[in-house]
Amino acid sequence: MSLFAHYNYHLAIILAMIGFYTMISRSNLVKKVIGLNVFQVSVFILFISIGVHEDGTVPILREGYHMYSNPLPHVLILTAIVVGIAMTAVALALVVRIREEYGTVEEDQVQAQDEEPGAT
Amino acid sequence: MDTLVDILLLAFIAICAIAILRLRDLFAVAMMFGMFSLIAAGLFTTMHAPDVAFTEAAVGAGIATILILVTLGQTARREKSQAGRNVLLPLLVVWITGATLIYGTADLPVFGDPQAPAHTHVAPYYIENTQEHIGIPNMVAAVLASYRAYDTLGEVVVVFAAVIGVITLLGLRRRPAGVESRPRDLEKHQVLKVIAKMIIPVILLFGLYVQFHGEYSPGGGFQAGVIFAAGIILYALVFGLEPARQVIPPRVLGALPALGVLIFGGTGVLNQLLGGNFLDYSVLAGNPQTAQQMGIIMIEVGVGVTVGSVMLLIYFIFAERALGRRKDDGEVGR
Repeated sequence: MSLFAHYNYHLAIILAMIGFYTMISRSNLVKKVIGLNVFQVSVFILFISIGVHEDGTVPILREGYHMYSNPLPHVLILTAIVVGIAMTAVALALVVRIREEYGTVEEDQVQAQDEEPGAT
Repeated sequence: MDTLVDILLLAFIAICAIAILRLRDLFAVAMMFGMFSLIAAGLFTTMHAPDVAFTEAAVGAGIATILILVTLGQTARREKSQAGRNVLLPLLVVWITGATLIYGTADLPVFGDPQAPAHTHVAPYYIENTQEHIGIPNMVAAVLASYRAYDTLGEVVVVFAAVIGVITLLGLRRRPAGVESRPRDLEKHQVLKVIAKMIIPVILLFGLYVQFHGEYSPGGGFQAGVIFAAGIILYALVFGLEPARQVIPPRVLGALPALGVLIFGGTGVLNQLLGGNFLDYSVLAGNPQTAQQMGIIMIEVGVGVTVGSVMLLIYFIFAERALGRRKDDGEVGR
């Protein structure tokens, strides 16, 4: 029971860890950005899970309903999604610039070029 | 039944995440990411959050996937082999972090528990008072645009700052002279064109509905902005960048993100001029409920304008860059 009762939270954590692993184990910068997005979605799932009220419904007032899920996490997350895509766009813009400067988007190759003697 | 659907979606989403990690072909990864977001949107719907589901579907499955694809077109299609990289350390870090977090969940209230702290402090206030204070049914819109309008203003400014960042990095229009947007494979497909022509008006109409009906049903400026932008981006994908750029003249589009923030902040200042507090709408009209609703509609328009135009601008900047690269780089992304 206690294991089952938290399955949403556990899955959010597993997703977060998959995203985290994608970020730290892969050298391709685009893949890192996608990993970051996976991590981000896992946080959204965690927040929305916390807002769920088992007897509640969608937080839109209607006659005949008295129990609603918590609207606050919904507000936080829907703005966070839009802010998240804006940040993703900035990250991808950086990746495009890195590709133009270094000719590669692999982190280790970028680093190797930076460490070359004579590199500015 | 709900639990079953929930568990099924959670299983699918985990499979998608693992596929994203394992796949080498980055185009496939981008498509998996779109699916991942769409399933997440389904999950949000089962968890009573249609507002969030709208946003996630339009942003994650729509705009984020397209931005990743456009970036891939300018970088590399395949990930380099990871052979020789040390995977032990990252694995160790991830396992330890994950185990600690899972251990931490043991103390959390059970999923859906009505007695959880999240449901017993500030949430009942919003649920009980929205009708009386504001008089609109959608509590999410009420909290977003009235109770917590200050936070929302901050978020809109962050979105605005992000587009400034992208413009700084990539430039508004940096296409070398003489590069024309030539027809791409997608533009040659008649089926896509016909279907797109049928779908796009519906998407745009739905965007407007979500914007102006957001007080009564799931929706609001954030969702409407991304849905509207997704419609125009679809047009750009199928019919080419040039025709899409003519929908909103670039000069106007460049000014819209600032205009939206101005509408939002201006509403706040207007309240101050009328003798109220910043973003306290009660002075806008005699009846406090009418005043609140007027304030909410005004700032939702501001949010919608900023979010929609920022998404469009970001897409146009990336797509322009891709056209520019095609000329000086020849075949990119080996």
